[in-house]
Amino acid sequence: MSNPGVTTQVMQWVETRLPIFSFINHSVGTEYPTPRNLNYWWSLGSIAGVALVLQIVTGIVLAMHYVPHADMAFDSVEHIMRDVNYGWMLRYMHANGASLFFVAVYIHMFRGLYFGSYKAPRELLWWFGILIFLAMMATAFMGYVLPWGQMSFWGATVITNMFTAIPVVGEAVTTWLWGGYSVAGPTLQRFFSLHYLLPFVIFALMFLHLWALHTSKSNNPLGIDVKSEKDTLPFHPYFTTKDLVGFGVFFVILAYWVFFNPNYMGHPDNYIPANPLVTPPHIVPEWYFLPFYAILRAVPDKLGGVVLMLGAILILFVIPWLDTSRVRSATFRPVYKGFFWIFVVNGLVLGWIGANPPEGAYIIIGRIATAYYFAHFILVMPIVGWFEKPKPLPDSIAAAVLGDDSAKEAN
Amino acid sequence: MSLNMIKKASVTLAATLVLSASAALAAGGGGPALKTQNWSFNGPTGTFDRAQVQRGYQVYSEVCAGCHSLKYVRFGNLPAIGFSEAEAKAIAAEFEAEDGPDDDGEMFMRPARLSDAMPSPFANDKAARASNNGALPPDLSLIAKARVGGADYVYSLLMGYSDAPEGHEVAEGMNYNAWFPGTQIAMAPPVSDDGVEYADGTAATADQQAKDVSAFLMWAAEPKLEDRHRTGLKTMIFLIILTILFWLVKRRVWKDAH
Repeated sequence: MSNPGVTTQVMQWVETRLPIFSFINHSVGTEYPTPRNLNYWWSLGSIAGVALVLQIVTGIVLAMHYVPHADMAFDSVEHIMRDVNYGWMLRYMHANGASLFFVAVYIHMFRGLYFGSYKAPRELLWWFGILIFLAMMATAFMGYVLPWGQMSFWGATVITNMFTAIPVVGEAVTTWLWGGYSVAGPTLQRFFSLHYLLPFVIFALMFLHLWALHTSKSNNPLGIDVKSEKDTLPFHPYFTTKDLVGFGVFFVILAYWVFFNPNYMGHPDNYIPANPLVTPPHIVPEWYFLPFYAILRAVPDKLGGVVLMLGAILILFVIPWLDTSRVRSATFRPVYKGFFWIFVVNGLVLGWIGANPPEGAYIIIGRIATAYYFAHFILVMPIVGWFEKPKPLPDSIAAAVLGDDSAKEAN
Repeated sequence: MSLNMIKKASVTLAATLVLSASAALAAGGGGPALKTQNWSFNGPTGTFDRAQVQRGYQVYSEVCAGCHSLKYVRFGNLPAIGFSEAEAKAIAAEFEAEDGPDDDGEMFMRPARLSDAMPSPFANDKAARASNNGALPPDLSLIAKARVGGADYVYSLLMGYSDAPEGHEVAEGMNYNAWFPGTQIAMAPPVSDDGVEYADGTAATADQQAKDVSAFLMWAAEPKLEDRHRTGLKTMIFLIILTILFWLVKRRVWKDAH
């Protein structure tokens, strides 16, 4: 057996009973071949992993001090902010960490969209990613309820009310979710329980995501398959060190928000204790939900809005088949590349609409942007794939990165 | 930098701008522009001006505390704004706190201690409304974080009283204030020239009091701000150096890969 990492007798003893060292080595070590041309956009996956761990660690410590009770939750958060040693730092890291987790995952998803990482043979990898995204949304939503401020309470009221749109059983389902006839103490307690559970579900999904990744291996900016060893570099030390740079940048950005602007991404109303008798003038979700909030409100019908919003995420499951192009990377797809950036801008427009009250021009822009969101997947993806003439693909990754000569040498 | 990178960078920048604009829009209410002040606690190295915050505490205790509670602040927090522990104890001792039950099962009053919260002026919200024409004076512990604009909002509101514009009906017992949502506020103008006599001899103009108490309320809402800024600067320097080192390591490792 050649296990370059297993150097001592103790390691050998463990290895023969549980091959943990070769497992690590095959996962993130010298035995994991990685396309040599991965750029920094590929760092966002591991950054998202770091963000998840950060959320779990800070969350576990916060849960030691937080009290999930309607009469005490708000006070306990202030207790964390004022009396717990470095409690303010833990809470600000957790709140801003959630936002940056979403930033990382959104960039990660757009990277996948641009370079065609969802296409065969990576459909399951893509699916697990969508499941992680859905679980993240549920976790983040319930986490925002826990401080039991005004936005917690009213955000929870608006979102849980969506379930009343389900035909026939809507009311019953919503009552069951609330644990009562409105958002109240029982809702808070079950949300706390689920908010603690779901991150570990995400962790498990992440494991499946990585398993699928290590089976089909990383896509790359050229979108062509790895043909020879010349196309790859061992994950360690090349991509471990490259990922470290990404981690450093991530923590610098996190530190800026935590230490110098910790409340910017929150809402001032959440420093007002929850009050079922006073509705805030604007109920807005956290920024990372705004595009979907805009889609929800684009339809005048409640059920229609809910279906459309859910559809906006579920449609991602079928894009491996909606995209008819045989070329993965948008780098070689001159027409699709333009549409990709229009889609990005359209997403930002939806976010902007979600932040504004549904009135006047906002409604019309919101509807157009919503229609375009779906048109991108249902019309643009198949049609452009059929008619576009892609640019010629390079022979191999090595040929494109190292020049033709060294690629020939390899053959 | 290739053209492609410039394009990517500009899209990222545009995205950031749109996001921040939408966040600002989401946050912004009506009302005129805030009277933005140059607070000592602004910016990454900002600190609380001890003398100002102490004066602000005086304004709070002599003016605001008649109606507003400050329940998340304890007397024991006062040394953080420059009072000595003995001074904080003396301030606490001027108030009474309920304790008990004693051995007879009775609640009793005793002089307040450092571990006691600032006493609330009313027994409960109903009592507060009954004494204030139906309006509920909010607890002020978090007010500087619970309003868009923070300390600038508090200051603008305190200095924002004026006669109602022509044709603007103001209900009985209410006051016109353009900065208050709905422009009608139950609170009478709280600060006036020489409404307090400052212990440190500063001229107690209404403007000065409004500034001082706004700074005090910012401290009450975010008492760990100085800690946060100090730790933040150290953390930032550490992280930036660490990231540069990571980058140098990466470059060294990758040197033979091309």
